[in-house]
Amino acid sequence: MRFDPRTVSRFMTWSLTLQAVFAVMILVAIVLVIFVKGAPHVSLGFVFSYPEDMGRHGGIFPSIVSTVLLAVLSIMCATPLGVGTAIFLTEYTRESNLTRVIRFGVESLAGIPSIIYGLFGFIFFVITLRMGWSLMSGTLTITIMVLPTIIRTSEEAIKAVPKNLRMVSFSLGATKWETVTKVVLPSATPGILTGIMLSIGRAVSETAAVIFTMGSSLGLPTSLADSGRTMAVHFYILAREGISLEKAYGTALILVLTILVINIVAYYLMNRMVEKYS
Amino acid sequence: MGRLRFNKEAGIKWLLTLFALSSLLFLFIIFAFILAEGLPLFLKVGVTKIITGTKWAPTKGYFGIFPMIVSSFLVTFGALCFGASLALGCATYLSEYAGRRTKLFLKPALELLAGIPSVVYGFLGVIYIVPLIREYLGGPGFSMLATSVVLGIMILPTIISISFDALMSVPAGYREGSLAMGATKWQTVYRVVLPAARSGILASFILGMGRAIGETMAVIMVAGNALKIPTSLLDPLRTLTSNIALELAYATGDHRSALFSTGVVLLVIIMALNLIANFWVRKRVPK
Repeated sequence: MRFDPRTVSRFMTWSLTLQAVFAVMILVAIVLVIFVKGAPHVSLGFVFSYPEDMGRHGGIFPSIVSTVLLAVLSIMCATPLGVGTAIFLTEYTRESNLTRVIRFGVESLAGIPSIIYGLFGFIFFVITLRMGWSLMSGTLTITIMVLPTIIRTSEEAIKAVPKNLRMVSFSLGATKWETVTKVVLPSATPGILTGIMLSIGRAVSETAAVIFTMGSSLGLPTSLADSGRTMAVHFYILAREGISLEKAYGTALILVLTILVINIVAYYLMNRMVEKYS
Repeated sequence: MGRLRFNKEAGIKWLLTLFALSSLLFLFIIFAFILAEGLPLFLKVGVTKIITGTKWAPTKGYFGIFPMIVSSFLVTFGALCFGASLALGCATYLSEYAGRRTKLFLKPALELLAGIPSVVYGFLGVIYIVPLIREYLGGPGFSMLATSVVLGIMILPTIISISFDALMSVPAGYREGSLAMGATKWQTVYRVVLPAARSGILASFILGMGRAIGETMAVIMVAGNALKIPTSLLDPLRTLTSNIALELAYATGDHRSALFSTGVVLLVIIMALNLIANFWVRKRVPK
């Protein structure tokens, strides 16, 4: 039996609309649940006080500090390395076997799951280099993990800068490096910042790679050699060990809020880049 | 002066080359250290005993990870069953049916959600999905089904976003040509647009698979982590990733090596998936 194609088409329009509504609703529901259930447990006191009794009471101040330190430090390491790589790939070389191999390396790094970064950071930084569970080990591990994101977004951003700008700069007698730093990079800044924001988001939301390199000490890290517990790790431990459902929801709210703000800023910057050159 | 400037430029080029090579160096040391820790056990115990062994008691000399390999593939397959068609449906709606304003609003909204930490998905799985399964379907609730659903939801944004891009890159002329010949909207979508975007869609599925098979913490929270091959959707299971994360903190000696061996197997699976995805993506964008 054959159905009238027009009936099928109308049916499929409905079906696809429903699927889209369903998918969006699931994802919106996740955010809503976290906001509704988390809001009653979040206050200034929660944000600015120390946890007590393994996190059963008190706040998450040290975790916020650990998260910020980890994100900022790893971005400080990864940005020069990543942007430098992107500049090399786009401005200083032609497509060759070397660039293909480097791109393959970057793609491979991007595909490695975070637990493998955790294993690696644990055996390399924590054990072999004797850094122990510390901010330092965590930072270096996350640096490698976010590097591909920064390289790829910076490369896209630099490629999007019109050729003419470079030509004008060269014709005025500028060297390659002057052209890169004074012409190309300023125009590519929003795109590069997008990559940085996305990387901060990854550092903030990462658990598996962080817990085995930075540890899960509840104290406030005061040096690179100190262990610390980021918000994501704190949330994981609260939830997994059933320590406190309320504190888990509260931490989740701060965590999700942070991520959403970071991603919105990243998206805004990306749009500015797109508007500028299209 | 001129000579000095030449040197500076050359120096910068060298420095940038070194920066660019650092990614390769990192990749190399990651592989070197994981392999150096994980391979000796393969040689000592035997590759087949580890990969096809079904008993995991690393402190007593049993290093079989076959159940975990099976479990990893099962939940990944389950996640695709649950998430892939829904995500593709959503992407198709967004690119072919939605108005410009809906598109402009929903695409970024979905991408924002891709950033939600995986532990949050796992947590909500424990709070909502696990009890639901325990209540209505039986079993402990922590199960293959719960894991598949959580992973399926988690890979939605990834698959939607990439297959949406693939669908949008199909030239408008294809659609117009099909519609002009009297095909209905659905015939156009099903017979023209989807096949044209096929490789991009496949790549999005494979990347989704990569995310599902590599996910750790969310899986630990909802999978139940039992050490056997699951025989039903309601059985608890343990994946390769969760095996590593559950035991790494206290493992020593051969036990720790066995966790790195687990990592080696995981790495091999992921690299294979990436190579396939790369192959499809390259086919999609002819340069």
